[in-house]
Amino acid sequence: MNKQRWGIFYSGPLTFWLSFFFLIPIGIIIYYSLMSRDVFGGVKHFTLSWNAYASMADPSFIQVLITTLWISVLSTVLTIVIALPSAYYMARSKNATFLLLLIIVPFWINFLIRIFAWMAILGTEGFLNDILKFFGVVDEGIQFLYNPVAVIIVFVYSYLPYAILPLYSTIENFDFSLLEAARDLGATHRQSLIKVMLPAIRPGILTAVLFTFIPTFGAYAVPQLVGDKNTWMLGNVIAYELLRNRDYPKASAISILITVLTAVILLVYLFLQRRSSEIEKKGLLNE
Amino acid sequence: MVGSDVRVYKVVKHFGDFAALKGVSLEIKKGEFFSLLGPSGCGKTTLLRILAGFETPDQGQVFLNDQDILPLPPNKRPINTVFQNYALFPHLNVFDNIAFPLKLKKISKPEIISRVGEMLELVHLKEHAFKKPNQLSGGQRQRVAIARALINRPNVLLLDEPLSALDAKLRQQLLVDLDEIHDAVGITFIYVTHDQAEALGVSDRVAVMNKGEILQIGAPHEIYEAPATSFVAEFIGETNTLEGTITRVEEDVVYIDTEGLGVVEVTAEGQWQVGERVIHTIRPEKIRITKERPSHEQKDDNVFHGKVHERIYFGHQSKFYVNIDNGPLFKVFKQHVNYMDMGPLIKWEDEVYIAWDADDGYIVQKVAP
Repeated sequence: MNKQRWGIFYSGPLTFWLSFFFLIPIGIIIYYSLMSRDVFGGVKHFTLSWNAYASMADPSFIQVLITTLWISVLSTVLTIVIALPSAYYMARSKNATFLLLLIIVPFWINFLIRIFAWMAILGTEGFLNDILKFFGVVDEGIQFLYNPVAVIIVFVYSYLPYAILPLYSTIENFDFSLLEAARDLGATHRQSLIKVMLPAIRPGILTAVLFTFIPTFGAYAVPQLVGDKNTWMLGNVIAYELLRNRDYPKASAISILITVLTAVILLVYLFLQRRSSEIEKKGLLNE
Repeated sequence: MVGSDVRVYKVVKHFGDFAALKGVSLEIKKGEFFSLLGPSGCGKTTLLRILAGFETPDQGQVFLNDQDILPLPPNKRPINTVFQNYALFPHLNVFDNIAFPLKLKKISKPEIISRVGEMLELVHLKEHAFKKPNQLSGGQRQRVAIARALINRPNVLLLDEPLSALDAKLRQQLLVDLDEIHDAVGITFIYVTHDQAEALGVSDRVAVMNKGEILQIGAPHEIYEAPATSFVAEFIGETNTLEGTITRVEEDVVYIDTEGLGVVEVTAEGQWQVGERVIHTIRPEKIRITKERPSHEQKDDNVFHGKVHERIYFGHQSKFYVNIDNGPLFKVFKQHVNYMDMGPLIKWEDEVYIAWDADDGYIVQKVAP
């Protein structure tokens, strides 16, 4: 009885927070995306229109969608490929705490400033060119900025800590005697890592993938600052529609698209994961 | 050469300043159930890990069937291990755990199924084949670990304290199972444990280790009845040790003047000199305890008087701690052979006599004067 009376006090703040800062804004965005645009920005209220969604069939928009997908997928893959061995090394290192600190230090610096730092490194007058000139590799500065490679480099740099941290925590909890057991049973070192360690740390890998993929998929600042028109991503289109074109319904519709695609990818992954373990079970039962 | 299977020769291993193994040598026969027994930190696990290939000794050699196995990595050795914490792969079910070594070898599916099936039968786990390790009880997990270690048909099975995480009743059951499995597969078992009851119960031979050295190798009854050092005597089972000086030697009877107790008679083979300091031991179950002074018709060579300090009742036996007059505390076990075998009841603070034959005592070792 007593517990029930207090329940509202525990759940109240969370309910309030989620509804005011999550559900209501999403509701507004969905509503905006379904209205027709007003001449000087904003929407004409209560005028249902599918124009914003219909305009997504435009080839140039589909091109942006494809660019966004391949850049974020490639960035995620590269991030995980770098993060996995790093996290493994950290988990086995005696100086794990110090290494963790090194991973966290960049968070003390503003995200935008870190992007500008990369611009200072990769620019025509940048640090990288200084080195190349010093060794006489080039005479004139090369422009490393404003291309997909620069965007991907900065993405990988930015989201590497988010991938390393969940991987580190799962690897740290991993029972390394399982690797010895695998070796004892005939596995090579590589086989023991692939067949025993990878499946055991799968939840950590999934988290790392999501922590990297979701922010890159909706990214705005990085392609805006170090990319060019070939690296226009969905986030840039939203900003353009909102600030320049003042097409609120279209900007809202693209936001919804990002949310839905992210959710779909999440669900597909979870579904595949469950499915694969069930297939294994069925196959063995038939044997 | 059929005799020797595993041969360890002068193996030395240091971890930093700590000497885990100080030149250990032993030979284990093919098909033997061999135990490495000792307290924690005695080096038994290090020796096992060297055999498995997880540690490399600083010095010494290890042979399997006269082949030097030290250059081989763990996966190339025909030796498999049952780990202390089972080390079952949590993402695989029982079947896949046991099939793991076979799948690595790319063995055909039908053969995998038949061999895993055989193993499941051997360890009585057929109906649990598709459960994950976390759905199994401790004893079942242990049996999966044994099946997985045996499926490769190794020459030697290493068992690292395999029963330590289980409760006492289950331990007894699994010990019997283990013995049956050993008989069924007929390969060499090397069993590491700190539990002397486990080691004595199932082993053909036992090596008692302490501080990186082997103190004694022998059949369980030899280790128990004729311990090589006072450490072995005290580590294996319970005992009463008395230190004293030999005062008289008559053919095979030695008289030892022990501190606090007086002269003790013991039958002892070998060369003993008057004046030597020795450690004498008498097992508590070999001592009789009575309220009346034993009559001289019984062959009791050593009789002492004292007071019961403590009595602990176990059902099948009672443990008495007897304070000898002006002497040491003695442990005496009385087996309850008959129904309600309590009388004449000996209670706390009772005056009692304890007695044992000279044949039942044992001189463990000499002591440097």
